Amino acid sequence: MIAELRKNRYLVLRRISQVGIMLLFIAGNLLGWKVLTGNLSSSRVMNLVPLTDPFAVLQVFASRHLVSAEALAGAALVLLFFGVLAGRAFCSWVCPLNLVTDLAGWLRKKTGLEQDGGQPGISRNARYWAIGVSFLVSLVTGIAAFEWISPISMLHRGLIFGMGMGWALVLAVFLFDLLLVKQGFCGHLCPLGGFYSLATRFSLVRVNHCKEKCTLCMKCLEICPERQVLPMVGSLSSSVSSGECTNCGRCIEVCMSDAMKFGIRSYSRDQDPKIA
Amino acid sequence: MESGADGEKMPERRKFLLSMAKSLGAATVGGLTWTGYLEGKKAYSSILRPPGAVAEEDFLARCTKCGICVEACPYQALILASPGDERPVGTPYFQMRENPCRMCRDIPCTAACPTGALDRTLVSDPDGQGVMRLNINKTQIGLAVIDRETCIAYWGIQCDVCYRACPVLDKALTVEYVRNERTGRHAMLAPVIHSSHCTGCGMCERACVTKKAAVFILPRAMAMGESSNRYIKGWDRADEERMNEAPEETETATPRSEKSPMDYLNKGGL
Repeated sequence: MIAELRKNRYLVLRRISQVGIMLLFIAGNLLGWKVLTGNLSSSRVMNLVPLTDPFAVLQVFASRHLVSAEALAGAALVLLFFGVLAGRAFCSWVCPLNLVTDLAGWLRKKTGLEQDGGQPGISRNARYWAIGVSFLVSLVTGIAAFEWISPISMLHRGLIFGMGMGWALVLAVFLFDLLLVKQGFCGHLCPLGGFYSLATRFSLVRVNHCKEKCTLCMKCLEICPERQVLPMVGSLSSSVSSGECTNCGRCIEVCMSDAMKFGIRSYSRDQDPKIA
Repeated sequence: MESGADGEKMPERRKFLLSMAKSLGAATVGGLTWTGYLEGKKAYSSILRPPGAVAEEDFLARCTKCGICVEACPYQALILASPGDERPVGTPYFQMRENPCRMCRDIPCTAACPTGALDRTLVSDPDGQGVMRLNINKTQIGLAVIDRETCIAYWGIQCDVCYRACPVLDKALTVEYVRNERTGRHAMLAPVIHSSHCTGCGMCERACVTKKAAVFILPRAMAMGESSNRYIKGWDRADEERMNEAPEETETATPRSEKSPMDYLNKGGL
């Protein structure tokens, strides 16, 4: 049991983080707790520290509107935390939709849908196009475009304030990931994930790979939801340099030889592994 | 690049251009669908926003759908629209018949808004020292409208429930004594709304005794007309001011006939 927990330590921690944040928000609405009020779009910690979704704020700007100083400060705080420190951890440690897409991914593997899949028809760069389209649509319609259709917000807001028909969109994402494209939403389409990928390009907390310890079993590449971020495995000791890594820690958990570790990004060895 | 010399390069470049064109196409299709969907979604105009809400168009842009105003309401009167509610999703609104605004003096919903979609300056007045103080009576959630055909007071049955429920009673809602022509000997106590004081809080709508409320709140833009400055209350000094804004030239939608009106009478067509 303990060994099992230890083996899945980051998974357990991630679920505690995701569910815990969710529960604090729900308690904020139902019980009036002041630890976290609002939701992932805008919130306050202890009724004091503002937190705002920086991508949402940028969309408001794109829609030719201004936000209050508080919202701006909240967005800066979030951006600083992930951009300087935690990397794209929002996606795997905070986002509630990650629970849904992880379930779809797990079922995909269990049911053998994975083998059936073939090459996904969507590029992983589609999310960056989605960012551009979000801003353009915001400009044309005058409202923050992604905030109106985001399945993340639908699920998150739904759990706190009442789901309505929002479950339909969440189910659609689940089925898309299960039946159509592996890691379809989080790894290909989600502009918020794309935004965090770009914004956390230079963050400090990284998975570090040690070539000397690597046995080339390739389990890390097998389990990684964004495997393009691990080109150095077995060939170069370096930090993961891509912002697309969500710091989920799956590669560390599966590595039997201790070749993967969380750490501070080392810039000295941080070269392009394709060159080395 | 010299053409033909490097046979490998051209397909590469073409492949890149083609994939760019494809992505651009997909983005355009997606973007247009998205735009169409949103334009439809934001078109709901009959929605009652919390006190201090900025104009609907700005509101939709500024509201991040965080629900902090909903959580701040001590009466749980505000609802955060969920998909299927026929309202812009994630935005706050009232349903007055179920749970109207209680007009809290400290306006916790407005005070809590982190983005400025609810603007406290819209519901504040300067006090003696020039400091802005919240004044809930300035709020304009909507305007009460009375359907005189279903209001039983207008039938001649005595009912002043809405009047009693009104928190701005005798200013926003008055009762007029009108002669009951049917009986010839009674008065009707007819409720009348005054837009200058009605905050649209909805207490009257909730209190109304008819099956479906005969007095109900509509957004002010929906409930009110707007007089042109061609018609002036000549007996009202303040209203006469509007005459200064009236344009000198008259523009009509259809061009005027160049012919004299006498012409057709004299053409023998009659």
